[in-house]
Amino acid sequence: MKKDKTKEFSADHIKYLGKLRKKTALVWALGLGILAAALLLWQLLADTGVFDVFITSSPKRIVVTIADLIKNDNLFYHIGVTLYETVLGFLIAVVLGTFIALLLWWSDVLRRVFEPYLIVLNALPKIALGPIIIVWCGSGSKSIVLMAVLIGLIVTIINMLSGFLATDKDKILLMRSMGATKFQILRKLVIPGTMKTFVSTLKIDVGMAWIGSVMGEYMVSKAGLGYLIVYGGQVFKLDLVMAATVVLCLLATLMYLVVAAVEKILIKN
Amino acid sequence: MEKLLELKHVALTYQTKTDEVKAVKDLSFTLDQGEFISVIGPSGCGKTTILSLIAGLMKPTHGEIFVAKANAQFGYMLQKDQLFPWRTIEKNIYLPLEIKKKCDAEHKSYALELLQKYGLGEFRKNYPSQLSGGMRQRAALIRTLALNPDILLLDEPFSALDYQTRLSVCDDVYHIIKHEGKSTILVTHDISEAISLADKIIVLSQRPCFVKYIHKIDLGGRTPLERREHPEFGKWFEKLWKELNE
Repeated sequence: MKKDKTKEFSADHIKYLGKLRKKTALVWALGLGILAAALLLWQLLADTGVFDVFITSSPKRIVVTIADLIKNDNLFYHIGVTLYETVLGFLIAVVLGTFIALLLWWSDVLRRVFEPYLIVLNALPKIALGPIIIVWCGSGSKSIVLMAVLIGLIVTIINMLSGFLATDKDKILLMRSMGATKFQILRKLVIPGTMKTFVSTLKIDVGMAWIGSVMGEYMVSKAGLGYLIVYGGQVFKLDLVMAATVVLCLLATLMYLVVAAVEKILIKN
Repeated sequence: MEKLLELKHVALTYQTKTDEVKAVKDLSFTLDQGEFISVIGPSGCGKTTILSLIAGLMKPTHGEIFVAKANAQFGYMLQKDQLFPWRTIEKNIYLPLEIKKKCDAEHKSYALELLQKYGLGEFRKNYPSQLSGGMRQRAALIRTLALNPDILLLDEPFSALDYQTRLSVCDDVYHIIKHEGKSTILVTHDISEAISLADKIIVLSQRPCFVKYIHKIDLGGRTPLERREHPEFGKWFEKLWKELNE
């Protein structure tokens, strides 16, 4: 029952649509306005000397620093390193976590055996494993990827498993009455039925992967945005810290948008 | 009439952690070819369990269930339509074919024909959310019929619908079932629904349930809606009401 787009709307409807558009415009204007105002105020306070730019930096200085980084310090190399660690950590956490969740859904015994481990591992601050990871995996990007995986993995397992287990009992009964095997129930009901959970898990995992990779770079790294931030902090170059943070913000947003696009493909109804 | 299904002193006890639950005490009845049986009983008496037993999803602890035809197909229909929201109506009715690995042109065209015949042809590419409750329930029935089952098992298939829709869908479903010549067992707690549809009504006791009464209903070859107008209808209602509550 699709709406005919060429259909003539009544005057009331056009008025209603106009109202909706106005509201959307207002939301955008306010959202961007707050950002602009904050940046302006920041710059103003820095320019008038209320803020010590040595500590607070300023929007202008951040832009200059980013331009500088691109010219002299190979910003894109650092972005590449962090992006590689994050994306790889994210993918491994998602694929491995979903697979483990599937196994735990499949076998009641396995689930009951591993549930306490999951609870403990979930509660454990993964950063505490830092020293162990470094000793075992060295000071390369391997350690950082592992950190990103660890942070995302447990959340993925717990989220996906509860999604699988929430499958409607009546739908399972229906499938069984049709003579479906457990594998068919999994493939035709449980997996397609958890697409929404999967997408929300992806969104959480994007955040987790960034936490993991940047935290990993804080611990041990020779390059990357986290490295720039830590380095900037150590030599007291707040401009660098702020600039790297801004770039990080932009990248995280970009990755979220990619996931949102994936959502559009996966969830049609 | 040819006997299609027979339950002989069927009993079921199932185990839980804290208890041993006697769900079914003693069930015996037969279903003939083309017959429509309504099973009524107080809520929680184990009506759904009976359907699971017949469909072979549970094994009875005692007694036997005979099915006249070897490898008889059962079509199970539940309270809610249980259409998969991520599949189109067409793909939904193919689900039983996929499961039985019979998703070939011949079976598909049979299912599609049913869809056409019962007025959902133009909605085949729509998703369930785009259909009304009544239409969805009709689609669920067509999914149940897609594999041309020998026996239909209906578990309160109208109770999730509002009253108006329930009456018309009930009529609808009755026509389709009679037209396709199916033998049917319906469980319900709705006495009027049971009378308006059935050739035979089985009254169950409280849990653990046994057969209290079996009644032949003969209100002529009328539709469910017409039956509700029949002078005998009220008498049957009163009688069954008393039997349920005694």
